[in-house]
Amino acid sequence: MNKLASLLSGIIFGIGLVISEMVNPAKVLGFLDLFGNWDPSLAFVMMGALVVSSPLFHIIKKKEKPLFVEKFNYSNNKTINNQLILGSALFGAGWGLGGLCPGPAITSVALFNIYSITFVVSMFVGFFIVKSFNLSSPR
Amino acid sequence: MNMVNFTPIPAFTGGLIIGLAVVVFFLLNGRLVGISGIASNALTEKENKFDNLLFLLGLIIAPFIYSLFSNGGINISISNSYVLMIAAGLLVGIGTRISGGCTSGHGISGIGRFSLRSIIATITFMIVGILTVFIKNLL
Repeated sequence: MNKLASLLSGIIFGIGLVISEMVNPAKVLGFLDLFGNWDPSLAFVMMGALVVSSPLFHIIKKKEKPLFVEKFNYSNNKTINNQLILGSALFGAGWGLGGLCPGPAITSVALFNIYSITFVVSMFVGFFIVKSFNLSSPR
Repeated sequence: MNMVNFTPIPAFTGGLIIGLAVVVFFLLNGRLVGISGIASNALTEKENKFDNLLFLLGLIIAPFIYSLFSNGGINISISNSYVLMIAAGLLVGIGTRISGGCTSGHGISGIGRFSLRSIIATITFMIVGILTVFIKNLL
């Protein structure tokens, strides 16, 4: 059942990315163009997501265990260090250059756009580089 | 501000759906969604590999499922520079793994449970994203 739940969560998440237009780099770049022709729409994506998830996280995590697996399994890393800032800054630069972040990039593979596929391949190369040099943030 | 392209309602609706996906995954499988982690771990880690791959599959098939229920097409507008998309993909791949999260992991799952670490990460990648777009528009 947990396999089905993973697939289902991915599908719902992807549909949210499509409806919100997070998959459209032009939309993302409009959101980041604060000092130019700013399109604030995508701020509403985060608001919508947090309105649902934040209260429910706090209710669900009080449960003894999740429904389909034995225990909760999530990061409790509270470290604030240079690694966090440097990584986030590199990510922000890539996000501002391409207009894609990981979720929308993967969903947009379905649209068969050669430039978004190029981005996704490079992103996975990036994942491997961090993994091979053992630079990942601990969970 | 760009009022022509301002689409708060689809953005908020998409956000609610994204929030729902995050809640479903947490309630059923006990894990918090972070796409960069799911994508990276799907290829580099044994733990939860199949779950991670199924989640990614869900993201990719979501646009097809969306198309079954919607008349509108899915339009994206993206840079047509391979060099730029390769650089952007590498930065996003490397940055998100160094900082341990992206727009979903830090921006939704982390902020949703009031993690200061994730709030700082999100502010950092937003600011650098905004600056990147600002500088790119000057060139």
